[in-house]
This record gives sequence, structure tokens and C-alpha cells, in this order.
Amino acid sequence: MNTDGDRVARIRARLKEALAPVEIEIEDDSARHAGHAGARGGGGHFNLRIVSARFAGLSPVERHRLVYQALADMMPAEIHALAIDARAPAETAHQP
Amino acid sequence: MDRIRAAVEDNPVVIFMKGTPQFPQCGFSSRAAQALAACGEEFAYVNVLEDPEIFENLPRFANWPTFPQIYIKGELIGGCDITLELLQKGELQQMVKDAVQSARSGTEG
Repeated sequence: MNTDGDRVARIRARLKEALAPVEIEIEDDSARHAGHAGARGGGGHFNLRIVSARFAGLSPVERHRLVYQALADMMPAEIHALAIDARAPAETAHQP
Repeated sequence: MDRIRAAVEDNPVVIFMKGTPQFPQCGFSSRAAQALAACGEEFAYVNVLEDPEIFENLPRFANWPTFPQIYIKGELIGGCDITLELLQKGELQQMVKDAVQSARSGTEG
């Protein structure tokens, strides 16, 4: 059983449903943080890069809140920490 | 909630973090505290690991589920990612300086 892979899949599914991203990358960074004081309780560390039209015109705080809201039921038990890079399509270096 | 509100309103710059700036207990808190320190002004901190009440209530206060949380002039500016991004752009330094200066002129009057 691969619970970490399962977590990434569920994070991806929730974000796809909530934010319809044109790009999404999720990296499980849990291993690098195992054992430090803040990691007690078993939640994972993840790095997220997400590009969605929903972010256009929103402040960074508002963008992160949208991501957190989509994942609310997984926090903090399954997601202890999430590094977020949230952009609107026009802000990505490579234009489609 | 009143104590959180007081901490946010009474300090021009405050970080709610795991551990202290000298002895951070989490990499994200550590990096965010370093970013504030790099601005060259004093800032307040609250160690949420030593204050269960604030640890419990802060996520609801700001509708923001994780630590650290950084407030400037009473407003949540974000967690670690946003704070570092603002530092890289040179905006954080200006925000911190403005906040500290307007707090000083406020107390003198």
C-alpha cells in the first residue's frame, strides 16, 4: 500500500475539481522533513505548483486561501505543510 | 481570539511561528523569520508551540490553516512562500519599514 502516492492523487483530484488548473505539479517532500518537531502527527509535506485562470486578479493571500479551502478536509491530519506557487495563466514564463 | 487580535493590532509586524527566531522548530517558520530579520527592523513573534490557545484558534482567526503567519499593520500578508516572494521582489522591506515608521509616529502623537 502506498499511502503517500494516494495522498498526492487525492490532493490533485480535489484541486482539479475546485480550480480547474491548466497546469498542476505536486511533489511529496515528506521524507525530507521526517522527524522534526513540527512534523509530529504524521501529516505530509508537499510542494504544489498550480496554474489556474481562477487566480487572475487575486492577491497571493486570496490564491492560497482558495487552495487551502479545496484541501480543507485533509488539513492538518494528512497535509502538515504545503508550499504553494499559485499563478494565473498570464503569469507563467511560457505562454501557451 | 482577543489575544490574537491584540497581538496583531499592537505590533506593526508580528509573526506567529513554531519556535522562536533564534530557535525555530520548523523550516518554514525559520525561513519566514529570517526574511523579516533581513528587513532590518524589529518585529514581534509569538511561539505557537508554547501557546496552545493561539495554536488552536489562529487558523480560524485568519481563515488560514498553517503556520507561520505574518501580519503587517494588522493584516495577514501570508505564510512562508508569500513572505519570501515579497522579500525577493524587495517589497517586504518597504512594507516593514512603513509599518514600523507609522507605528512610531502614531505613539509619539
